[in-house]
Amino acid sequence: MKTLHCEIDSDGVALITLDDAGKPMNVVSAEFIDEFIAVIEQVAGDAAIKGAIVTSGKPHFMAGADLNYILGVLGNAPTLTQAYAFSQKPSTMHRRLESCGKPFVAALNGLALGGGFELALACHHRVIVDDAKAIVGLPEVTVGLLPGSGGTQRLARMIGVEKSLPILLEAKTVGPSEALKLGLVDRVVPAETLLAAAREWILATPNPVRPWDQKGYRGSNGLLNPSIVEIMSYRPAQIAAQTQRNYPAPIAILDCLFEGTLLPFDKALKLESKHFARLMCDSVARNLIRTTFVNKREAGKLRRPSQVPKLTVTKLGVIGAGLMGSGIAYVAAAAGMQVVLLDRRLELAVNGRQYSVNLLEKAVQRGKSTQKDVEAILTRITPSADYKDLAGCELVIEAVFEDMGVKAEVTGKAEAAIAGTALFASNTSTLPITDLAAASARPGQFIGLHFFSPVERMPLVEVIMGKNTSEESLAKSLDFVAQLRMTPILVNDARGFYTSRVFQTFIHEAMKMLEDGVQPALIENAARKAGFPMGPLALLDEVSIELPWKIVQQTEEALGAAFVTPCAYGVMQRMLNEIKRPGRRSGGGFYDYPVDAPKRLWTGLAIAFPPALEQPSLQSLERRFLYIQALETARCVEEGVILQAADADVGALLAWGFPSWTGGPLTLIDTVGIAKFTAECEGLAKVHGVRYLPSPWLRQRAARGQSFYEAPAQAGRAPAPCAA
Amino acid sequence: MIDALIYDHVRTPRGRGRPDGSLHEISAVQLASQVLQGLRERNGLDTGLVDDVVLGCAQPVGEQGGNIARAAVLSAGYAETVAGQQVHRFCASALEAVNAAAAQIMTGAAEAAIGGGVESMSRTPMGADSGAWSVDPWVAYHNYFAPQGIGADVIATLAGFSRGDVDAYAVESQRRAATAWREQRFRRSVLPVLDLIGEVLLDHDEHMRPDTTLEGLAKLKPSFVAMGQAGFDAVALQKYPQLEAVRHVHHGGNSSGIVDGCAAVLLGNKAFGAISQLEPRARIKGFASIGSEPTIMLTAPAPVTLKLLKRCGMSVRDIDLFEINEAFAAVVMRYIRELDLDPAQVNVNGGAIAMGHPLGATGAMILGTVLDELERRDRSTALVTLCAGNGLGTATIIERV
Repeated sequence: MKTLHCEIDSDGVALITLDDAGKPMNVVSAEFIDEFIAVIEQVAGDAAIKGAIVTSGKPHFMAGADLNYILGVLGNAPTLTQAYAFSQKPSTMHRRLESCGKPFVAALNGLALGGGFELALACHHRVIVDDAKAIVGLPEVTVGLLPGSGGTQRLARMIGVEKSLPILLEAKTVGPSEALKLGLVDRVVPAETLLAAAREWILATPNPVRPWDQKGYRGSNGLLNPSIVEIMSYRPAQIAAQTQRNYPAPIAILDCLFEGTLLPFDKALKLESKHFARLMCDSVARNLIRTTFVNKREAGKLRRPSQVPKLTVTKLGVIGAGLMGSGIAYVAAAAGMQVVLLDRRLELAVNGRQYSVNLLEKAVQRGKSTQKDVEAILTRITPSADYKDLAGCELVIEAVFEDMGVKAEVTGKAEAAIAGTALFASNTSTLPITDLAAASARPGQFIGLHFFSPVERMPLVEVIMGKNTSEESLAKSLDFVAQLRMTPILVNDARGFYTSRVFQTFIHEAMKMLEDGVQPALIENAARKAGFPMGPLALLDEVSIELPWKIVQQTEEALGAAFVTPCAYGVMQRMLNEIKRPGRRSGGGFYDYPVDAPKRLWTGLAIAFPPALEQPSLQSLERRFLYIQALETARCVEEGVILQAADADVGALLAWGFPSWTGGPLTLIDTVGIAKFTAECEGLAKVHGVRYLPSPWLRQRAARGQSFYEAPAQAGRAPAPCAA
Repeated sequence: MIDALIYDHVRTPRGRGRPDGSLHEISAVQLASQVLQGLRERNGLDTGLVDDVVLGCAQPVGEQGGNIARAAVLSAGYAETVAGQQVHRFCASALEAVNAAAAQIMTGAAEAAIGGGVESMSRTPMGADSGAWSVDPWVAYHNYFAPQGIGADVIATLAGFSRGDVDAYAVESQRRAATAWREQRFRRSVLPVLDLIGEVLLDHDEHMRPDTTLEGLAKLKPSFVAMGQAGFDAVALQKYPQLEAVRHVHHGGNSSGIVDGCAAVLLGNKAFGAISQLEPRARIKGFASIGSEPTIMLTAPAPVTLKLLKRCGMSVRDIDLFEINEAFAAVVMRYIRELDLDPAQVNVNGGAIAMGHPLGATGAMILGTVLDELERRDRSTALVTLCAGNGLGTATIIERV
């Protein structure tokens, strides 16, 4: 067998060792399921075998399902019936293990998550190694699914509904001692006695029966139990609030807990499989898995030119000790690099280093870091005002004022100080890289590395290729981003690059809605309902309208006659010049900020932008927010700014919180169906203006039915329950 | 259609719905049985003439479960031929029970019937029966369930009722109720509740706070803030996205009181009155129930009123007195605004904010109250309505004969 092997010792104890030769970790795959079914039958059918230990030949016991495998299954757009059968197979396998009459013990030698821990739960006894790294949990909710092989049912019956909630709904994982306390495992033992402890239990327990298979077992009494009533009274609302009803897994899990525990075990397993099937047939699971796991993990790896030797940055130069530069210095030092933080005057650079001091002090206070680590990180940051200190840097990033002249000057000075092989990067968010590279003596080694604020909390870097940027520079930049343990997305040089450009359409659309007489609360609620972390008007107040206004002005200046007035031009102009409410820092914008109460929408908005008598539906506004951004992303593909759909989708989620349930703007188009999407945009253009008009390129693409991802687009959401 | 005539009605006083409330030692079946006995004694009623006793109850579980009406019939010593049934339309249960009794008479299915309701909230607390609507997670989630208090606060937010507005309404309810008691306007219908040795346990509505002031109410904390933060405000905003936030203005002082109580109305056709030598006091002109948006839950009274008026060929101007249950101050205020009513015609003797709301009994209580008031004022027509769980609403028009 390929994924496991089985030996029987002289006592008749079978030792099943999970050890997939082809993979770094054991995962649940089609092959594994077939082989494990066979080995259960071997144990069950051989009278000489008393019982079996399940352990792993790798440092970990078993991670969850192979997500590429799941993605493949989802990509085939299974019907509900097919998805149910898919879910039933491993569920039935676990049930067979549990009820075959022979004792099975899980000897957890390391981490056991998802499908791995479901297997452990199906065993009659769980022994875990005394090692903090051996965490257990059922985090399937994060991929839009649920622990479908009896995970919800066994957990609820073993530890109760209440304790199951954080594990199932919040994907909480726990180490061995807490697992023991919770009742997730039965024994914690040192590594060297793990198998002995398992064997001992098997020999002492010839015919184990799970509590729910014992005669007279009483399951949940449902709503006759006040603690169940209490949980079920508020949890659905909490889930509705947290998910904005965009993620179907949490409520399905809650129903498995509530409904499943009322049923006899075999019926409960079927119910769980049916919920699993519904989730499989909903696009959200596919979208979450593909964008937030598979593509995020692989971002940069596939695009890196393979012939270039790997670069490890040992010394990094950061020019400009403002918020961005200081943040970059911090994450680089934390990742182990020596950092020269340079500014015009030394005190400015010292001040920039203080940013790291403040962050680290907070980390120590919260117990997330030790004084020793703090000192090590801080000694790696050298403040300086002397370009000579940049000597020896493999990479220098400038984060100075957004001005061509200023940037040209620092580029020249830095290049004079660093080696001819070193790389120079700009952290600009608005200025074209190709133009900036004109000031460089080595434009092939000039690249854009666009970080997001605050750098330490935004693990994304937009890597921007100028016209002359070399493939080698790209490879090295991706290596550097990997060193920071951040996610890169690769874009070509164009105004606004990718992230700023598409994000602008989101906030502009909100302002346009306001101008059209949509009630401001409705605008904010629609964006939140669509899944954006914050209402766009609130967001505008945070950054101040001056920021998008400056971008518009720069564009106007640069494009001249070709400039197209954006839809929010009028609102921005009025808010800044006539109403004079640019944002929070200036005392207020779209919101008021009372000292003693939470912010609230400025009542003057109703006079400045009178609400229309008839208000649009929430759904229509949600759609506008999503579609305008998706359309702009498609334009980025058309113009060659985006080369890979994955870059656009991963970037949208990480850069500005585009809702993850959609999988990103391009996956959104694929989910809707490109033809339908394009047709709907044409409809929107008729009502809301030409900004919604699909380009001929997109129309042609739609006519061909050519989606942005190769896998066939999946059917829409699962049918609503009859009751809803 | 045969006229369903009201011959009499009685109610218990309302006891505080807590263990220290005066009626706490009296079970729901005993409350109901004393009320049925009261109707029999006052009217010299031959109970063998009564076809059915229909009682509302909003928490029909445990000691209030299993058809409390039949249990009350038997323990009251009524003839064993008297049937009994229990009706659940949440807070409108007792009015629905009166309507159901009336319907039997109007269709000729019964000669005489009693409709009413009972609720001992001190013994069977709210939520005791949970139910699919609010607690089955799949149903609650997909139907945007939010508790009534949230709905009441949403009503206030939508209508722009401030905390001061709703508190002012509450103060007026207390004032009107105090006046009504002082002038003994309820005297004819309130039946003191007796204990096991025949002594009076309670002869007045003990939830009242006639000394309530705006300043006093202003000190109370809103009741539904935590509930809102637990997720229900978000659910409400998903349904009412034009709102920036739910403003929580309701509290114990401007919401209906939690109390124990029972009420019953004796109905019959004309022949029954003749045989029993009873004079009819009013007739049931019509009744209706309706469903409305269930998340806000409490806005059915206006649509059910309009539906009923239309069915009866009447307009609001044909109604002398309105009685709408004071579930929450904002419910009544919205009703007055939607129907453009004169507040002086609505709940003239106060309501549940002052005297309490024994869920499944209130409908029959306020119907009786307004009948007494029509007689006191010598007016003709009244409309009684209640909002109820799940967005339900029921209304009845009575007319003196």
